[in-house]
Amino acid sequence: MTNALQVDHLAVRFGTAEVIRDLSFAVPRGSSLAIIGPNGAGKTVLFKALIGSISYEGTIRWATGTRIGYVPQKLDIERDLPITGRDFLHAKAALAKASDSDVANALALVGLERPMLSAAIGTLSGGQFQRLLVAFALVGKPNVLLLDEPAAGIDEPGQEILATTIRRLQTENDVTVLLISHDLSVIYHYATAVLCLSRTHAYFGTPQTVLTPDTLRKLYGTAVDFHVHDESGN
Amino acid sequence: MFMTSPEINSLALSLTMAIAAGLVGCFAVMRRMTLAADAISHVALPGIGVALLLRINPMIGALAMLMLGAVLIWGLERQTGITTETVTGVVFSVALAIGSMITSGDQLIEALFGGPGSLSALELSLGLLGSCTVILFILRARNSLVVALVSPDIARTSGINVARMNLLFLLAFALTIALGVRFLGVLLMGSLIIIPAATARHLARNLGGMLAISIAVAVASTIIGTYAAGLVHRETGPFIISIAGGIFFLSLLT
Repeated sequence: MTNALQVDHLAVRFGTAEVIRDLSFAVPRGSSLAIIGPNGAGKTVLFKALIGSISYEGTIRWATGTRIGYVPQKLDIERDLPITGRDFLHAKAALAKASDSDVANALALVGLERPMLSAAIGTLSGGQFQRLLVAFALVGKPNVLLLDEPAAGIDEPGQEILATTIRRLQTENDVTVLLISHDLSVIYHYATAVLCLSRTHAYFGTPQTVLTPDTLRKLYGTAVDFHVHDESGN
Repeated sequence: MFMTSPEINSLALSLTMAIAAGLVGCFAVMRRMTLAADAISHVALPGIGVALLLRINPMIGALAMLMLGAVLIWGLERQTGITTETVTGVVFSVALAIGSMITSGDQLIEALFGGPGSLSALELSLGLLGSCTVILFILRARNSLVVALVSPDIARTSGINVARMNLLFLLAFALTIALGVRFLGVLLMGSLIIIPAATARHLARNLGGMLAISIAVAVASTIIGTYAAGLVHRETGPFIISIAGGIFFLSLLT
């Protein structure tokens, strides 16, 4: 299996503070990598380095032909900005040369209703705006999704739809997923690999080998109450 | 009342300038560059001063200096990570200081508020070319500008070269200010960029609406202001801006 992403000896510094040091990992095409860790461990910084929005040392190699769909963690949009969801999605469709049916597909996948598109994006609720961002990321048929806590602010049924959508994109379209999340249970069941970041350590491996009480305690500096549920939900 | 050929020329130029100002203004207002618009306009002063000393057209001096200022602001912002607003504040203060050292009182007033006189063929062609360049740039780049406005990171992953687009926008913005040197003066041109767009932001419900309202307010202010100034034989600039300001305050009543 070829790699969608190869990261070697990545380091990110802000002034004298080293946020990420000597980090190496690979993400095979079509797999899903979950990134976990306490606040301030550099998860979002890692994403920003991966998309080239901050400077870094080391190498980041994306496979040729990579199209990234990125969902950032939190955006502060002014309420009176006269840009609607429709303006936003049509801008992406024009840039990605995607069709109207592509936009309609993305909307259906995230369960966002069309009337919502006429509202100014600054007036949408947290969950509605998050769905819009996911729909935006899906327009243009990305083959890599970078999701920074995509379920934050979305209600339970919405989270379920989102999780199903991501899994379907992976199985049907061979999409590679990089996901920052705090939901250890979901990660345990669905991620192919886990990257645990803390201020001092980084652990990389399968969920079964990495998500152990010992690693989690080292990662968070305290015992983490984490139970693995079986498929029936018990 | 029949218009003479020079009058038609100057009306054509002021209308295309108004459209350019209306369009650039929308993104300047949404990018929170409202105060920067006035500040950047002062960067033209040293250019006007040097042009007057060298006896070349002040519009060319202003244009050169504004372009240089835009590149300087962009470069400093990129290198230091300081916001556009702060960098602009510093660059503009220095430009104003240098500008007032090399420009005399009367020339300074004319550069700030515009002056009388008919258009030369060079001014007309440069003005029309500049306005059309700005209009085409904004219309072509509007999708990239919208995405970058919501999130520069999302813009990057959508294939937009954000740094290049920011530079091009600053250059379009500087070019629009330079266009105003001849008629409105650099100070009032900053206002023609901001006031119609601020009105549109208040009234519009979507991007298309904002662009259309901003253009309409800029064009209407220019036509009514020019006509009213002609009636009382005064300079057009202050009339155009007063009318734009009047429309803005009326829009607040909605």
